[in-house]
Amino acid sequence: MNDFKISRRNFVKSTAAGAAGLATLGLPTMASAAGLTIGIVYVGPRDDFGWNQAHAEAAKVLGTLPDVTVVEEESVPETIAVSKSMESMINLDDAKMIFATSFGYYKPFVLDLAAKKPDVQFRHAAPLWTDADPKNAGSYFGYLDQAHYVDGVAAGLSTTTNKLGFVAAKPIGTVLRNINSFLLGAKKVNPDATVQVIFTGEWSLPVREAEATNALVNADCDVITCHVDSPKVVIETAEGRGVKTCGHNASQAPLAPKGFITGAEYKWSTIYTGYAADLAAGKPLPNFIGAGFDKDFVQNTGYGAGASPAAIAAADAARAEVKAGKPIFAGPIMKQDGSVLVGAGKSLDNYDPMLDQTDFLIEGVVGSIT
Amino acid sequence: MDDGSLATVLLAMFAGAIRVSTPFLFVSLGECLTEKSGRINLGLEGTLVFGAMSGYALSFHTGSPWIGVLGAGVVGVLFGAIHGYLCKLPKVNDIAIGIALMLFGTGAAFFFGKAYIQPQAARLPSISFGGWSDDSAVQQALEINPLFIIGFFLAVAMWWAFKNTRWGLIVRTTGDSTAAAVALGINVDRVRLIATSVGGFFAGVGGSFLSLSYPGSWSEGLSSGQGLMAVALVIFARWNPLACFEAAILFGAAGALGPALQSVGISQGYHFFNAAPYIMTLGILIVAVSPKRSLKGAPAELSITK
Amino acid sequence: MADITDTAAPVTSDTVARLKRSAEFVVMPAAALLLSAILFSIFLLILGKSPVQFFELLWRGGFGTWFSWQNTFIRASPLMLTALCVAIPARLGMVVIGGEGALTMGGFAAAAIAIPMISWAPTFLLLGVMVIASAIAGGIWMGIVGAVRHYRGVNETISSLLLFYIAVSILNFFVEGALRDPSDPNKPSTMPIGKENMIGNIPGTDVHWGLIFGILLCIVLYFVMNRTTFGFAARITGGNLRAAQAQGLPVGKLILISCAIAGAAAGLAGFFEIAAIHGKANASLVAGYGFTGILVSFLARHNPLVIIPVAIFLGGIAASGGLIQRRMDLPDATVLVLQGLIFVILLVSETLYGRFAIFRLKEATS
Repeated sequence: MNDFKISRRNFVKSTAAGAAGLATLGLPTMASAAGLTIGIVYVGPRDDFGWNQAHAEAAKVLGTLPDVTVVEEESVPETIAVSKSMESMINLDDAKMIFATSFGYYKPFVLDLAAKKPDVQFRHAAPLWTDADPKNAGSYFGYLDQAHYVDGVAAGLSTTTNKLGFVAAKPIGTVLRNINSFLLGAKKVNPDATVQVIFTGEWSLPVREAEATNALVNADCDVITCHVDSPKVVIETAEGRGVKTCGHNASQAPLAPKGFITGAEYKWSTIYTGYAADLAAGKPLPNFIGAGFDKDFVQNTGYGAGASPAAIAAADAARAEVKAGKPIFAGPIMKQDGSVLVGAGKSLDNYDPMLDQTDFLIEGVVGSIT
Repeated sequence: MDDGSLATVLLAMFAGAIRVSTPFLFVSLGECLTEKSGRINLGLEGTLVFGAMSGYALSFHTGSPWIGVLGAGVVGVLFGAIHGYLCKLPKVNDIAIGIALMLFGTGAAFFFGKAYIQPQAARLPSISFGGWSDDSAVQQALEINPLFIIGFFLAVAMWWAFKNTRWGLIVRTTGDSTAAAVALGINVDRVRLIATSVGGFFAGVGGSFLSLSYPGSWSEGLSSGQGLMAVALVIFARWNPLACFEAAILFGAAGALGPALQSVGISQGYHFFNAAPYIMTLGILIVAVSPKRSLKGAPAELSITK
Repeated sequence: MADITDTAAPVTSDTVARLKRSAEFVVMPAAALLLSAILFSIFLLILGKSPVQFFELLWRGGFGTWFSWQNTFIRASPLMLTALCVAIPARLGMVVIGGEGALTMGGFAAAAIAIPMISWAPTFLLLGVMVIASAIAGGIWMGIVGAVRHYRGVNETISSLLLFYIAVSILNFFVEGALRDPSDPNKPSTMPIGKENMIGNIPGTDVHWGLIFGILLCIVLYFVMNRTTFGFAARITGGNLRAAQAQGLPVGKLILISCAIAGAAAGLAGFFEIAAIHGKANASLVAGYGFTGILVSFLARHNPLVIIPVAIFLGGIAASGGLIQRRMDLPDATVLVLQGLIFVILLVSETLYGRFAIFRLKEATS
């Protein structure tokens, strides 16, 4: 891979002038005509120890395919810049496949460019693609709330105050869904459990994340989890306060040698490896893939010192149930405003499209969206 | 809000005042010294960020957080000296150079900091003053970092030195009137170079507090404008180091307000509570500053008060 | 600013002297850029990267193909408007760094005022109202900076920065709250104005009309600042506040109007972000154009005409940044380092103006 890149770079260098002329005429450049070039865009730095790093590490598998070149660009904001970055990959690097890994890239940027470049495949990391969208676009997503649900089960058996704390970035659908599922997991084993949430307002704001963690611990929460871009600060601060923690996005187990219970992680490698296999076999990529434990798209971090045997047993059992399709949202569940979300005896499927539109917190969550 | 919630919020603000204020304190003391000599250095934001990164990196490699703190200070001296040297050239504007160095310092810190986002470096230990209480929130609030204490004594020492030492007099004279300073045989450029360099040292140390104590980790989002806010702090502290200490405390407390209110269930409009430090600063500036009388304590050579 | 000089007004009737003097304003920045390039090359060599490849890619990604040019133009257009937000107050000696806040408020106002009109208003009316709203909102936002400066003596650098943070919290508060479009739970945004209401591109290009508007506004404001009584009075005030007051110039009015114009320019940048790119207001509106605009304005020495090429130059650097990342395996911060370096060196080059005899006639210097 490395050798390949270097030789390719020299080749590009030696033909830069000629290639520039060709591109002006709209002809494909020669730089990578032999194989497939895949472009990947990230919204933040690739080594942020969070969302972007998880993608970048998993996507490395694509680069190991023979004849495939991966070009990557980090810290691309969700503005016209991402549209132009993707188009630049297509026009200047001859990329035929683009992975856009941030939520806000999809509409309008991926959709518009997909319509403009019908011979390029686009895949976007969020459950957004529908039949009405261009056929050369698509979505891939892991339903992390299933892993947060299992976290919640373990947390529910680890708390003595029955108060769990959740440091959240912004009140958007996926975050709210994770909070709700975390509480449902805790309530399954501990009906008295509540989840207190504090929104920091930004995806990455370490000082406020630390303040929020301290505020939650001061409010008697004795298990802390989070949904922010880089959970390092939250986990370290909570460990310093002597409370237990559940991780998010990547393994934070080494950061909390005493209190770490388990964590919710995407397993992007399953998805990217699957794509790589399809590409190697010459198969078209599916337009939509989304799954949880059932297809190994999400996982829990290995148990840490904070996990009691009872918590481990209950969490393992809960994971097996969800994997087999047992619904997380089993009634009766009320929303915060007192209205009924799921009636008694009823349930929502774990992939119910309604849950993709989560704009509410459920009863038992302390803290409001606005 | 009932009494219990009020007590929680007040305790959180007290704790926040100590935890969050230290970088503000160090940067504002550095800026205070620089401005007292007649120059303004907006580049301290870049110094802070670069100090945070290099302090963390040094602590990671040597295992000693105090070497990290010192290293961050030395790097700060370097940035300060560049600013001090460039600004003595004719027609070079100190505010503009500051903005440029802010961009450069931040960019360089991000560039070299990539490798240090994930590893854990040794952090500065805190001193526990809260052993007498059995409330964990009180104990945490009284986990006081030695840098905070050093910062407090530094503020007192600077306040005393400005008043009572020859060096203090030289710096003040330089800041108040270049002509008078020259007449007294003071090398104005050298005084400003030294003042800016030492100011840079403080700012670098302030940055290392962010990465080595609280929140205690290096990442690109670490500073949310603390270095720039410190400039505002100096203005409403009226160039008095003791008032800088008070202002930094106030600012730290305001920063703790947003999460603390959410923790007692007041979350409506949390964006505004989170913006409290900025709203408060603007409000204080509007009320406290007046064009009718010249600012008491303001160095007359300072471009922003001219 | 200590030395706001008029770059275009004739200082002497002697054509040769004028040409020589103008040459200085071309040669000096060029030399400064060259020095930046050399220093940055050394930096790259230390890292084991090829400077030749870097500058080749910089050229190719920013200017080497028609696509690259369009990419550059798109990135340059908001920079022109946000740079004006720095340049106009700079003529009065004010350093405003919070243009991002005026952009945010302008974009937010445009999107907010559109919401009740989307269902019935024809496109021209909707866009017209949005333009006015964004200019007014941006103008008021910077007007506050001017007002607290004039009436309360609050430093404009600080107040504009504080107002930026406050603007972002206002945007987030409404976008995540009262004005949130419930149909999109995953990216809190206002109601979209609809594709049919969006401003299109300049025919034959991918570049939206904001570019033309930015260029025109730069030209207009150049004439306002250099050829009108208002601009003349502003420059005198910037040169010496006390003298301006002594002459009875309405300093307060000048400060307020300049700040309002500046804010309106940045607010319009917000309008184009909404009406040409996003179609709705959300947190992506805060993308840093206001801060890059500071750099553009200083590099252009606050001359509205010079802002046009400088914005295109920096737009080109931004446009090629991705290609450089991809091909050379350099992190995103590389471009920041380069920008910082150019900024510092160009500012330092100020000190050399007037030092070289070659740019002066003997008579002119005596």
